[in-house]
Amino acid sequence: MKEFDYIEIRVPAKPQFVSVIRLTVSGLANRLGFDYDEIEDLKIAASEAVTNVVHHAYKENDDGEIVIGCALYNEKIEIMVADYGNSFNFEEIKSKIGPYHQEESIEGLREGGLGLYLMETLMDEVMINNDGGVTVFMTKYVAREQVR
Amino acid sequence: MDVVIYFKEEDTKLCGYVEGEIDTFTASVLREELEAVKIREGLEIYLDLSKVHYMDSTGLGVFVAFYKRALREKGKVKLTGLSKRLQRLFVITGLSELMDIETDEKVELSNEGI
Repeated sequence: MKEFDYIEIRVPAKPQFVSVIRLTVSGLANRLGFDYDEIEDLKIAASEAVTNVVHHAYKENDDGEIVIGCALYNEKIEIMVADYGNSFNFEEIKSKIGPYHQEESIEGLREGGLGLYLMETLMDEVMINNDGGVTVFMTKYVAREQVR
Repeated sequence: MDVVIYFKEEDTKLCGYVEGEIDTFTASVLREELEAVKIREGLEIYLDLSKVHYMDSTGLGVFVAFYKRALREKGKVKLTGLSKRLQRLFVITGLSELMDIETDEKVELSNEGI
């Protein structure tokens, strides 16, 4: 059996779809057992990543798409947000993505204001890949109370 | 998924009530409404955010812009009724140190069930 369930959503890179992604992520996080505050954190982080793509990735070309991939594990959710229209191989991209280097990613994202900062603050891990399109890859762990 | 704002004015006070979700889609409406506010010297503006159920950096940007303009035009802005969630957003971004923000205990309780 696979280690995780994978859900992929693809929407036009338009502001009116940001809330759709937010609600979807909220629903998925709820399935995993995240609490109210964690779900609110995830909603903001996902919105920031998607908003960023809407604002910066498709300045000239308005028929671009955003792909959002969510991997649901027992104890964590991984969310990937990419600014190109093709579906991606989740595990392949995950293996390619390096540690986040401040110098190379701030430029593209900082413009949007506090978006990247919020993602980093609200998620447990955030990585950004600037190879080709921008891919944001972020993880949040369920802070369950230990039963054992 | 929308945001609305309505105003009540009395003497030197202007109260704005913001309701709904503020994200990149809805922020433009809010931004325009706030830009249309005429600020005169000494005007005290209270923005009640107790019915804002979602906000991200886009919303922060809108309020920061309005706050800056109000300062320039010698008015005063206070954000009131912030839920714990909203308050946290202002705290982690450092904005709570720069802006006049008031939380409301009662609001926090009524927002618990959302």
